Amino acid sequence: MEYTFQWGEAFREFPYLMGGAWITLHLSFLGFWCGCTIGLFGAVAKSYGPKWLVNLVNVYVVFFTNTPGLVTAFFIFFGLPEFGIVLSPYKTMLLNIALNSGAYITEIMRGGFVSVRKMEMEAADSLGFSLMQSVRYVILPHIAKVLFAPLSNWYIWMILGTSAASILGVEELAGRAFNVASDTFRSIEIYIIVAFIYVAITILASALLAYIGRRVFRVKAKVF
Amino acid sequence: MFDLFLEQLPRFLTLENAGYLFWAMTRTLMMTVIGCGFGFLFGFVLVYLRTTPGWLFVPVRLFMISYVEFFRRVPFLVLLFLVLFVSKGLGQSYSLFTIACISIVIISTAFIGEIIRAGLESVHTAQWDTAMAMNFSRLQVLRHVVLPQAWKVIIPPAFAFFVVFIKDTALASQVGVMELTAVGKYFTNFGFSAILSFGSILILYFVLSYPLTRLGWWIEVRIKQSRAVEARLDAPTTTPYGLRTS
Repeated sequence: MEYTFQWGEAFREFPYLMGGAWITLHLSFLGFWCGCTIGLFGAVAKSYGPKWLVNLVNVYVVFFTNTPGLVTAFFIFFGLPEFGIVLSPYKTMLLNIALNSGAYITEIMRGGFVSVRKMEMEAADSLGFSLMQSVRYVILPHIAKVLFAPLSNWYIWMILGTSAASILGVEELAGRAFNVASDTFRSIEIYIIVAFIYVAITILASALLAYIGRRVFRVKAKVF
Repeated sequence: MFDLFLEQLPRFLTLENAGYLFWAMTRTLMMTVIGCGFGFLFGFVLVYLRTTPGWLFVPVRLFMISYVEFFRRVPFLVLLFLVLFVSKGLGQSYSLFTIACISIVIISTAFIGEIIRAGLESVHTAQWDTAMAMNFSRLQVLRHVVLPQAWKVIIPPAFAFFVVFIKDTALASQVGVMELTAVGKYFTNFGFSAILSFGSILILYFVLSYPLTRLGWWIEVRIKQSRAVEARLDAPTTTPYGLRTS
């Protein structure tokens, strides 16, 4: 069967798609920082917390790393209204991304915490630092360099992961692609364009992160 | 609050539903096994072509590099729809299950290819040169010299990728493949409480994924133990996306 490409109609929607890319970016950015916050507290709790807290964090991490983000999103979106909590698609997805990436980032950060030598913590202890102070002034500057590459990879992964938000009806890049494809019927062209937009924004994000990594954290990071 | 849940529970827990859920679980697993299995094979082919020397192979190498860089940066959901519509555009009517498998193969080839490349690079180049000097062909070097050492670096991350992808196949429900997530949606549309249907789906994914995660850890520990005995291999640490630290 012959298929004639008609790019004109698809490219007419390009600004609309780029608007979607912007939503993708800020959804993933917000989700990433929420995830980092959860991950930091999770890692602190897992490394220095009492036994019951360690178990609790372990249950959280094991649960979210072994279940698909899409199904937890469905669970939050369709399940919580049964308890009288109704969240908008964007908030649902943000909550879901934060919880899901929080679990993975807990594991990533714990890997960094392990790399801090025990002696440094003891030194901080003897200087009278509280736990949060030693995390802030001793551990974080130390592990920022170690964690920069895995965390920035995780951010790139999250940009791709937010495409699942379209399923709940958030009009980000993939969601707008579905809208445009069902309006114009130029599905193949639209999805090719959208795939290239995703490639472009992730390469841009990688390049930016590599630049920040080199300037701020002195990490030898490469884009490719 | 829980009255809907409790009221529906006896109606939900029937043998028929359990059989249906089990069938869906095997579909999810099959999809991932087929996709990642072929991805592993094609990954090897990709890395072999990517490392072929000579200026004649420059276009091939460029193609392979751009393939990897492109498909590691395209979301699975978008790729699924692209494969679906391209196959329709070509006049093929593959089953939706096949389309999901093709998409998984395309993506996992790129990812596992990168894992394999890191593994092969972990073997010192002097060994390549030595084997070449002994008149081994490139395939022979791979088969007899490099792979026996590199598989220990390749297997743990490749297995981890496989386990991660079990969860990513949930997106395939969106093109209409009948697998675990799609069955969850089916039950919800059937009138069951979302907590009941998606809750049980979550549990089933966990049942599928957690033992495999543990198996992955076990394999990693075993390999580390056997590697500790041998000479240290200095593997470059590669990470799934873009950035690489040296």
